[in-house]
Amino acid sequence: MSDSLTIKRRPQHATSLRSRLRAFGWTAAGILIAAFMLFPLYWIVNLSFMHQTDILQSPPPFIPPHPTLDAYAAALSTAGGYIQSSFIYGVGTVVVTMLVAAPAAYALTTFRARIGSFLLFALILAQMAPGFVVANSLYSAFNSLGLLNTYQAVILADSTIAVPFAVIIMRAFMAGIPRELAEAAKVDGAGPLRIFWSIYLPLSRTALITAGLFSFLFGWGDFLFALILNNNPDHTPITVGIYRFIGAYSVEWPSVMATAVIAVIPATILLSFAQRYVAAGITAGAVKE
Amino acid sequence: MTRVVEAGAAKTAAPASQQHRRLPRLRSEQIVGLLFLLPALVYVTALYAYPIVFNVVMSLEHYTLKTFVTGEAPFVGLDNFDHLVNHPEFWPAVTNTVWFVVGSLFFQFTLGLAIAIFYQHKFPLNGILRALILIPWLAPVLVSGAIWVRLLDQDYGVVNFAIHSLGYSGQISWLTDPNLSLISVLIANIWIGIPFNMVILYGGLQAIPRVLYEAASIDGANAWQRFRYITWPLLRPVSTVVLLLGLVYTLKVFDVIMSITRGGPADTSQILNTWAYSLAFTNGFNFGLGAAAGDILLVIVLGFGLLYLRYAYRELRETTT
Repeated sequence: MSDSLTIKRRPQHATSLRSRLRAFGWTAAGILIAAFMLFPLYWIVNLSFMHQTDILQSPPPFIPPHPTLDAYAAALSTAGGYIQSSFIYGVGTVVVTMLVAAPAAYALTTFRARIGSFLLFALILAQMAPGFVVANSLYSAFNSLGLLNTYQAVILADSTIAVPFAVIIMRAFMAGIPRELAEAAKVDGAGPLRIFWSIYLPLSRTALITAGLFSFLFGWGDFLFALILNNNPDHTPITVGIYRFIGAYSVEWPSVMATAVIAVIPATILLSFAQRYVAAGITAGAVKE
Repeated sequence: MTRVVEAGAAKTAAPASQQHRRLPRLRSEQIVGLLFLLPALVYVTALYAYPIVFNVVMSLEHYTLKTFVTGEAPFVGLDNFDHLVNHPEFWPAVTNTVWFVVGSLFFQFTLGLAIAIFYQHKFPLNGILRALILIPWLAPVLVSGAIWVRLLDQDYGVVNFAIHSLGYSGQISWLTDPNLSLISVLIANIWIGIPFNMVILYGGLQAIPRVLYEAASIDGANAWQRFRYITWPLLRPVSTVVLLLGLVYTLKVFDVIMSITRGGPADTSQILNTWAYSLAFTNGFNFGLGAAAGDILLVIVLGFGLLYLRYAYRELRETTT
C-alpha cells in the first residue's frame, strides 16, 4: 500500500538498509508477541514428550530432558476411542449443518419471504442462548425419545452451534452470485432444485468449505453437550476424556498432554492448509462460545 | 465480522435485487422457497425454540431425578426462583459472573487491540504470525483450559516459576486458594479470547483510510493523538460489536471453568452458567432449579443479544427488505 510507495520513492542505499533493519526489528517484536501467545501450546507439546518424573520437577524443564514417545503410545491406547468419537461428532455435525443450512441460505437469497428474515434473526439470537439451557432441556427430551447416550443426540446438539454460523456465511456468499445465472438457467427450463444444485452450490464452494470446516471444529471440540447428553464410555469424545483424566486422583500428565496435543491437531491443520477459509469464516461472524 | 461481510455482500447484491423486483412474484415460487426453508424451520423449532420454552417450563416445576421415573413434575410457580435467590451461593455466583465478564472483556479487548495495532505495520512474516496467534482460539476450549491446569500448578507450574524468578518466594496456590481461583480461570479465559478480539479489530483497523493518518502526521499529530482522534472514533462501530459479542460469549463460558477449577474450591470460581449446571447435574439433580438459573442467564444474554442485533444488523435489515 502507501508504505511501499514511499519506499519506492526513496532509492538511496542508506535509507533502504535502515528500513530493512527496522523491518527486522518489527519482525523480531512480532515473533516475540506470537511466542508469548503460543507459549501455552508449546508447553503441552513439551510436556507430551516427557516422562512423568521429568514433569514433576521444579523448575520445569523447558525442553524434554529425556525425550520419549511413551506418552503418545499411552494416549493412543487409552484415548483412541475418544479420538474416534470426536471424529464422528465432527463429521456428523458437518452433515447435519449442511443439510439444514445450505437450502436455507439458498432460500434466503433467492426467495424473499418475510419468514426468511425472521428465521435469520431467530438463528442469530438462538445461537446466543447458553449451551446449558439447551442441554438441560434436550436431556429430558432425548431421554423420553430414548436418544440419550447416542451419537445422534450429541451431533444434533452440536449442530446448534454450527447452523447459524453456516447460514450466515452461505447467505452472504450466495447473495453475491449474479442473479442472471439463475435467470438464464430458468429460461433453459431448470427448476429451483436444479438451480440450487448446479449453480448455487458449486459457486458457493468457498462458503460451503468454510462452514464445513468450522462445523467440524465445533463438533470435534464440543464439551458441554457431550458431557451432559452422553454417558456411554464408548461414545466419550476427547474433550470429555481429558476432563475425566484431569479429575482423576493421580494424573498421568504426559499422556494427558499428548491427548491434548492430538485434540489441537485439527485446528492446526486447518490453519496451515485452509487459511483462506479460516479468514472467510472469522470475518463472517465469529461464532464461538 | 458479520457486519463487514454483510456490507460487502449488500454492495454486490444491490443491482441484482433491483432486477428481482421487476420479475413477477409467483405464488408457486414462494411455496418452493418455503420448501427450501422447511428443514431450517423445523430445526429451529425443535432444537432452539422447544429447548428454550421447555427450560422456562421446567423452571416453574419441581423437576428432579424422580421426574424421570414417575413422570411427575408438579407446577410450583416461582418457588424455584425464590429458592434460587435465597441460595447462599446465588449472590457469590452473580458477583463472580460480573467480575469474570468485566475482567475478560477489558483485558481481551485492550490486549487484542494492542496486538492488532502492532500488526498494522508491514514487516516480513506478519501474515504467518497473525495466523499462528489464532490457534489458541480454534483449539477446543476445554483443552486450552487443561493446559492452564499445568501452567498454574503450585509446585511445578511455569507461572509460579516465572514469579519466583522475579524474586517472590511465597507459594501461590492458583487453583486451590479460594481467593485466587476466579483469577486463575480469568487469566485462561483472557488468553483464549485475545485472538478473536485481535482478528476482528485488525479488520476494523485495516478499513480506516491510511490518508487520514498521513494527513494527521503532516499536521504534526503524534502517535497518541493519531490514535485518540482517528483510530478510536473510527474503530468505534467495530469495537462496539466486538464488546457486545464478547459479553454474550463470556456469559456463556463453561468449558474453561470446568476444565480448570470445576467452579471450586468451595464454589469460589462458579459463574451463573457453571452454577446452573452444578445445580442440575452434579449437586442434587434439581433440574427445575438449574433451569431457573438458566432462565436468568438467558434473559441477560438475549437482552444483550438483541442489543447486538439492533446495532450490527441495521444494514442487514435494509438489504433484506
